[in-house]
Amino acid sequence: MDNITVTINGKEYEVAAGITVLEAVKAANINIPTLCYLKDINEIGACRMCVVEVSEGGKPFRMVTACVYPVSSGRVIETDTPKITESRKLNLELLLSNHNQDCLSCVRSTTCELQKLCRDYGVSSSRFGGAKTDTHTDYSSEAIMRDNSKCILCRRCVAACKTMQDIGVIGANNRGFDTEIGCAFEMKLADTSCVNCGQCIVACPTGALHEKDQTEEVFAALADPDKKVYICTAPSVRATIGECFGYAPGTDVEGKMVAAIRRLGFDGVFDMNFSADLTIMEEGYELISRIKENKNLPLITSCSPGWIKYCEHYFPEFTDNLSTCKSPQQMFGSVMKTYFAQKNGLDPKDIYFVSAIPCTAKKFEVRRDHQCAAGEGIPDVDVAITTRELGRMIEKAGIDFRALEDEEFDNPFSIGSGAGAIFGTTGGVMEAALRTAAEVLTGKELKKVEFSEVRGNKAIKLATYDLGGLTVKVAVASGTKNAKELLNKIKSGEVEAQFVEIMCCPGGCVNGGGQPTQPAYVRNNTDLQGLRAAVLYNADANKLKYRKSHDNPQIKQIYAEFFGEPNSHKAHEILHTSYVKRGL
Amino acid sequence: MKKNLTTVEFHGTKEQEEKLLAVIAEYKGVKGSMMPILQKAQDIYGYLPIEVQRIIARETGAPIEEIYGITTFYSQFKLNPTGQVAISVCLGTACYVKGSGDILDEISSQLGLPVGSTTKDGKYSLDATRCIGACGLAPVLTVNGEVYGRLKTDDVKTILAKYRD
Repeated sequence: MDNITVTINGKEYEVAAGITVLEAVKAANINIPTLCYLKDINEIGACRMCVVEVSEGGKPFRMVTACVYPVSSGRVIETDTPKITESRKLNLELLLSNHNQDCLSCVRSTTCELQKLCRDYGVSSSRFGGAKTDTHTDYSSEAIMRDNSKCILCRRCVAACKTMQDIGVIGANNRGFDTEIGCAFEMKLADTSCVNCGQCIVACPTGALHEKDQTEEVFAALADPDKKVYICTAPSVRATIGECFGYAPGTDVEGKMVAAIRRLGFDGVFDMNFSADLTIMEEGYELISRIKENKNLPLITSCSPGWIKYCEHYFPEFTDNLSTCKSPQQMFGSVMKTYFAQKNGLDPKDIYFVSAIPCTAKKFEVRRDHQCAAGEGIPDVDVAITTRELGRMIEKAGIDFRALEDEEFDNPFSIGSGAGAIFGTTGGVMEAALRTAAEVLTGKELKKVEFSEVRGNKAIKLATYDLGGLTVKVAVASGTKNAKELLNKIKSGEVEAQFVEIMCCPGGCVNGGGQPTQPAYVRNNTDLQGLRAAVLYNADANKLKYRKSHDNPQIKQIYAEFFGEPNSHKAHEILHTSYVKRGL
Repeated sequence: MKKNLTTVEFHGTKEQEEKLLAVIAEYKGVKGSMMPILQKAQDIYGYLPIEVQRIIARETGAPIEEIYGITTFYSQFKLNPTGQVAISVCLGTACYVKGSGDILDEISSQLGLPVGSTTKDGKYSLDATRCIGACGLAPVLTVNGEVYGRLKTDDVKTILAKYRD
């Protein structure tokens, strides 16, 4: 598109025509404050924090909302005048007049976007007393907690749920002073078709939404002398937890993360990349047998518990297509309480197993039926904590994360292949499975292990591969909106596929609902998914010794010592699960 | 004002559902058709309980929360049907300063019915309204359109008694 000239704070800049004032002032390296704006999904001009003064054709300046106001040639834009400051301050005071200022111990203190603006503008209290909205809390969910007394009605969560994910279980109810974000007919979130993806949480600028905080349960277990407490960390956590300690997005902090967790007092720190490899062994063989038997195709991956619940609610006709493999988190827990317990002479009841994950839906998953390999009442995973919770635990324990020397994961689950590492991003599970399936089917070593067609940010990725004479058509989608489109196309016959990977969050786990929050200006201007995923692809290409799940010596060992072979009877009992048709 | 959840039991008929489905079919593929669909649904059922909103959600593909959001935003949509005895108390300025708030409270407590709702059996409904233009008679209320003016809280009992059967 053509460029036009605009004047920003007295200086002329060339900017692209057709963009908004908010985007145009980037040319002058200015971040205009916003609260409601999220690029592409919530461009509603509601919070009015982004007001600027604009003049055209010599006419007097007037105030407009930068996030939705288009630039045109010759426009003069002022982003920081006393009038603007006055207006923004007033807006903040009005927001505070209806805001629960529980800032001292609020989970979002220091990362709250409202708090930051109040600090920037010197607003500490509101002139406006009087009534406050009679707001509600919703703590019914296993994953997502809502406290509307901290809600500023920016609608970012609603946009994440409805526009980004195309689910829409939350929205604005009632009007005016009584407006609140909630579910239809004041239902509790747990009673709706919410899939627990947590994209609402990472979209929230304040502490109105947060994950179910289970850090105290973990601290209590660590303090219990009768318990052996182990933890595993999901592939993408090492790529993001640095953000909790001031590292730029896309910094690999695996070594420091392991060191910090060990300082917390865990009896063992394991790598979930190992159980990602285990998943590939089971799922890869499942794929081969389903294709050979032409049964329940396409096979659809089952690693993402948000996707599983979405499928159960919205596409129950596809539940037989889901891989029966437990997710890597649940496989790890199963292995801990069977194989690991036996090997170390432990009673599985004395093992407390924590998983650190980028995901809120995994909190729901640990409470699902048929996730107790060691017997009823002994959950595979005791507690799943998000990247954010792990970050808070390290912070609370006073561990100087940045100063730690790198350390390595503990045996016997210290090795993960590159295939396991890339599980954390869209297309990763597919690529990992193809690497193994190809070598199993051909009996020959792959010349090129990259399946780059399934990588990247495209909404739906399609490819066809020849695996030793077997033609396999694959499809990859991330985000439930894209998943819906793909599944409808498969239903109509427009897309043909034998193997489908779906992840609930757009971009996969690196963008999961349990990942560190980033303020809107970072989300809007940074390819977070790309930066975080690059950590995983880099580990696969340059850091890890093995790149294929079946080459992982610890995987070979567990099959030799315990499971026999992939999809054996024992493997089925311990590593596989079942699904329900929930409907709406 | 915040809307009260539906209290009246749903007794929708097959015939009503067929009518609603015909309305939805008529608007299939038309953008911005949720408002007319909801208006016509309310014409058919008299109100928009969860059962009706579920049908609309299923048929249009809209999430039920989106529909509920619309029905609680606009005052024209009702989550409870108007009662056989529909009581409206005027809370316009003149009536209010003349004590219509007390009248409203009195009716609410005598019927055990929160303002803006309908008794379970569908007999009584109680609403607060804006000025109805009868300020000379303040404070006023109407029952099924019939106006009662210059009220005192003691009058409530007698008025309600008239509609008991």
